[in-house]
Amino acid sequence: MPPNAPAKQSASLDVAVLVSIGRHPLTARARRADQDARAVEMALTLENASVRLLHAGQHESEQEEALRGYLGMGIDHIGLIEQSENADVIPALVEALRHDAPQLILTGSRAETGEASGLLPYQLAEALGWPIITSLAAVEKVEQGTAVVLQALPRGKRRRLRIRLPAIATIDTSAPAARQSAFGPARRGELALSEAQSETDETLASWQFHPARKRPKRLKIVKSSSARDRFKAAAAKADGGGGQTLNDVTPEQGAEAIFKLLKEEGVLR
Amino acid sequence: MSDILRRDPRKEWIARNRLHPQHQSVIAELGGGARPTEWMGPNGVMRRDPRAVGFIGPNGVRRIDRSGAQQAAQAPAHSAAAKDTRQNVTIDAPAFIVAVVPDMAGGRLSAHDRDLLGLARQLADADPASPGAVLAVVFGEHKESAFGEAGIDRLLHLDGERFSGYLPELKVATLQSVERELAPRFWLLPDSALGGGELGRRLAARLGERPAAQVWQVEASNDSATGWRATARAGAGRHDVHRELPRVVLALAECADPISETRHAADPIALGQGLPDVLGRIEDLGEVAVDPASVSLAEAEFILSAGNGVKDWDGYHHAADVLGATKGASRVAVDDGYMPRDRQVGATGTWVSARVYVAIGISGAIQHLQGIQSCDKVVAVNLDEGCDMAKRADLTVIGDASAVLAALVARVEQYRAEQQENRDAA
Repeated sequence: MPPNAPAKQSASLDVAVLVSIGRHPLTARARRADQDARAVEMALTLENASVRLLHAGQHESEQEEALRGYLGMGIDHIGLIEQSENADVIPALVEALRHDAPQLILTGSRAETGEASGLLPYQLAEALGWPIITSLAAVEKVEQGTAVVLQALPRGKRRRLRIRLPAIATIDTSAPAARQSAFGPARRGELALSEAQSETDETLASWQFHPARKRPKRLKIVKSSSARDRFKAAAAKADGGGGQTLNDVTPEQGAEAIFKLLKEEGVLR
Repeated sequence: MSDILRRDPRKEWIARNRLHPQHQSVIAELGGGARPTEWMGPNGVMRRDPRAVGFIGPNGVRRIDRSGAQQAAQAPAHSAAAKDTRQNVTIDAPAFIVAVVPDMAGGRLSAHDRDLLGLARQLADADPASPGAVLAVVFGEHKESAFGEAGIDRLLHLDGERFSGYLPELKVATLQSVERELAPRFWLLPDSALGGGELGRRLAARLGERPAAQVWQVEASNDSATGWRATARAGAGRHDVHRELPRVVLALAECADPISETRHAADPIALGQGLPDVLGRIEDLGEVAVDPASVSLAEAEFILSAGNGVKDWDGYHHAADVLGATKGASRVAVDDGYMPRDRQVGATGTWVSARVYVAIGISGAIQHLQGIQSCDKVVAVNLDEGCDMAKRADLTVIGDASAVLAALVARVEQYRAEQQENRDAA
């Protein structure tokens, strides 16, 4: 057990983490998915929580190596629902989650392979009839069937939400980074296999996947009737210009000008 | 005064006849003191005096400025200046509706929203015989005044107390009732972190549609059921998916060009039935004040950055704490050991995107200026007014860094005290 893992004497919160197979952005090797690993990390740091991991997919050597990355974080076993390739995993997951009935489901906000539309948690929430929140940054407390959580907003801001359990929460890169995966526990951990019927995703099969093309850069189009304006726009140096310079002022006057600008921009709280 | 241009043919005749005894006075009268360079001839042809064009430059050579700036100074008042040539478009009986839910970050249409509206217009105007209407659904208060210029035909504005705060469930239920009432052919939402991506996925799950996420290109195609084909990013940006355009589309920025040629009506509409009642299972407890030091430099909103000109480091750290700013540094300050390496701004450090960037004693090496390219407002405090940072900055204060910082801290503390007094009095 990792040194900072809390003691699990009286588990009161039942947490399920949905994990997927990630892909390394440079080497393209299968690995634990970054956001899912952060979800596991968050589940492991929750107080009085019993954590269980769930994956729906194939059971082959490459996938198993990637899943062992999660086991190395100090997990005993991962529930693996076997599905065929190109299967729609949502029905199988819904069935498993209905049966297990966890109080909180954590998962990454977007997969690293396949369609990666980030829609799965929303469809699970719709199918289960549970509320869903995005960009979970921290769980502050759990009491009386509700959880008070912090949601990450752009620019490092946080919003406090109270959410009724059971609920689904997605985790993106604003959550704390995942701990390292240790080799020994990763070897010792087990995959608990279970069978489920696979439904082939027909729609996905009709799409064509290509390597990502570089997006064309948008051209700066100057709409002007006069050639001089167009030339000036094309030859203009990209400097700010038009800035105000305060010369020969006392520090108080300068500070007043800066203060006015900060207040106009609304950055002073 | 009347706008009707009254012509005096006799005076025009005198103005053309340079030998007439009253020529000079009439010219002065017609041209408002200066000689007219252009006038309407008797046959309706514009006449020009080539000698009156231009001005005498500093070395005695006549210069002609063809930008129009010279002539504009002499232009008579009745010539309409820079007429708006955009065409007004009204669609009374649309064949179908394309619904757009813009983010409205800061209460205004963002560049991403405008691109999305451009895409909506592309979808709506594909068949000129039966044009569709673009409907924008706007939640909460806004400050936008140019909805029509962005290409919106119908505007559904939902505000009031009910729509303030974080209410994803209520918003989805409202969009669902829009779906029931107006049945849009397409739903377009921005795939952004500001709420559009989340709301779009919630809506798609509720409507039972499979959306296309991260769409960056939409083209017309005959062999798809909707008549359109979409290209979307997939698999953490490693792949592109070519697929039929579904009903719900989550598009990336720059998915289409924003509207600039036409102006639309932006007629306000209301929902026929009342708004749905939703049992909220998510309660918004408000935003939390975060420690600015914990915010990563790349996404900080307000950065106080220090360079070689800072001598009083304690004063600088105190100022950052008082202002509530995230601390940054130039490479010199980091190399000299005054600031940690992870606070370095610039090409070799962090590329920042702050809204307000205050540079204290930073002269602005090109690597540093690259790092602050995407900042909105830059304030510089420096001793040298010719430095590159002063050229980039929106406001430059020439003076000693520590004195200005100390004065700024005093000013902000005074402001805070005033605010506290007002709060106590209220």
